[in-house]
Amino acid sequence: MTDSVVLGLELAYWQQSILRVIGVLVAVLLPAGTFVYVFLFKMVSFMQSRLGPMEAGPFGSLQLLAEVGKWLQKEDITPERADRVLFKMAPYLVVGTVLLTYMVVPFGPDLHLAKFDTGIFFALAVSSISSLGVLLAGWASANKYSLIGGLRAAGQLIAYELPMILAVVGVVIQAGTMNMSGIVAAQAGGSIFGVDIIGNPFFITQFVGFVVFMIAVQAELGQTPFDMPIAESELVTGYLTEYSGIRFLLFFIGEFAAAGAFSAIAATLFLGGWAVPSAWVELDNNIFNLLGPIILLTKMMLIGGFIFFIRFTYPRFREDQLQRLAWTVLIPISLANILVTTVLKVAF
Amino acid sequence: MSEFLRDYLTVAIFAALTAGLLAGVLGLGKLIRPVRPQRDKYLSYESGVDAVGTGWDQSPVRYYVFALLFVLFDVEAAFIFPWATQVEFYGWFGAIEMIVFIVILTLGLLYAWRKKVLRWL
Repeated sequence: MTDSVVLGLELAYWQQSILRVIGVLVAVLLPAGTFVYVFLFKMVSFMQSRLGPMEAGPFGSLQLLAEVGKWLQKEDITPERADRVLFKMAPYLVVGTVLLTYMVVPFGPDLHLAKFDTGIFFALAVSSISSLGVLLAGWASANKYSLIGGLRAAGQLIAYELPMILAVVGVVIQAGTMNMSGIVAAQAGGSIFGVDIIGNPFFITQFVGFVVFMIAVQAELGQTPFDMPIAESELVTGYLTEYSGIRFLLFFIGEFAAAGAFSAIAATLFLGGWAVPSAWVELDNNIFNLLGPIILLTKMMLIGGFIFFIRFTYPRFREDQLQRLAWTVLIPISLANILVTTVLKVAF
Repeated sequence: MSEFLRDYLTVAIFAALTAGLLAGVLGLGKLIRPVRPQRDKYLSYESGVDAVGTGWDQSPVRYYVFALLFVLFDVEAAFIFPWATQVEFYGWFGAIEMIVFIVILTLGLLYAWRKKVLRWL
């Protein structure tokens, strides 16, 4: 791969790796920070008729940096009963999986961190490791609230993993590939029953899959109405109860980076990713290597705004309702979606 | 090295990057944060009440049954994905085979549903 060309430059593998490392840091931290500021600080404030942070920087835009500074200075406490090794390992797992999930998202024709043929499968596999991190955190804290929260989180994550996977199958059937760049290309160059004016964005032709996927994402992220693992009125903060200072912040960063990662994946799978319909404009590699990340970020913000809008609008489900929704509604619907998609794909 | 393996080398690089990054942040915190040990700080926090027993008492692991069901459907997904990329190639033959496969597994889900194990109680 030494001869692969990025933006007209020929780069050796180690040079590409350095670029990718910088790229993934920007790609993870920029959306995560933007999500926290725009949605968690500002959008919720306006929804609640208040201004939100206004002091740090213009319109409070540097509030996040101030927060990081604050958390860094807090004392780091590991409870004496805790399993110290697992307790300290949990944040690594949770944050690490998010970074690996980002790897498969293409940001432009050549801007991909790794071009797996099994792209979306890899992302789903890696993202499910984060439930292990949550379970570890809950178990290692040796705290009853933490353990209950951790077990709830594990039950929730595995219950909603399935509808998510099965919803993605519909997209894979339509695109005919698991490669994320291939899925983008299928949407940009596709057509709906011969009409190609907007390509074939899968949120139209896979609308059921899109809705199921978004519900599952909401649950995987533990956002309200699916926030029983950290239900603060019942369990203090669930599996995060014993975490303080910077370790707590790492979980928090992991949560919002995961929101960014899933928004990016949803935008790629259902909204066309970095591309615009090829009926509008020719998808020139050089132009779209620059425009692509901006287009993708715009779509991510749409998806993220939707996720946080739901989060701040609806109250929490009960734990048993959550499991019932996953197993008796979402999984049958997504299985039916696969069957219908198959029949339509083969028939037409 | 093939491109395939290089992509997985990138995975390893990113995993190492995460570990290094987090260790760096935690190390930076260690330089500037205070350490003032007091015994009470290290007790388990259970709403201000002294903890009775540890968090590791026996407790019902309710998600056990769900985990078993999850394995069932996860394996199903592992079979569906390779076929899903080749739907057009296999045509009606593959479609009917897969419909039979999915229906059989759905019967399993229905059985679990009727046995009332799909309840978190």
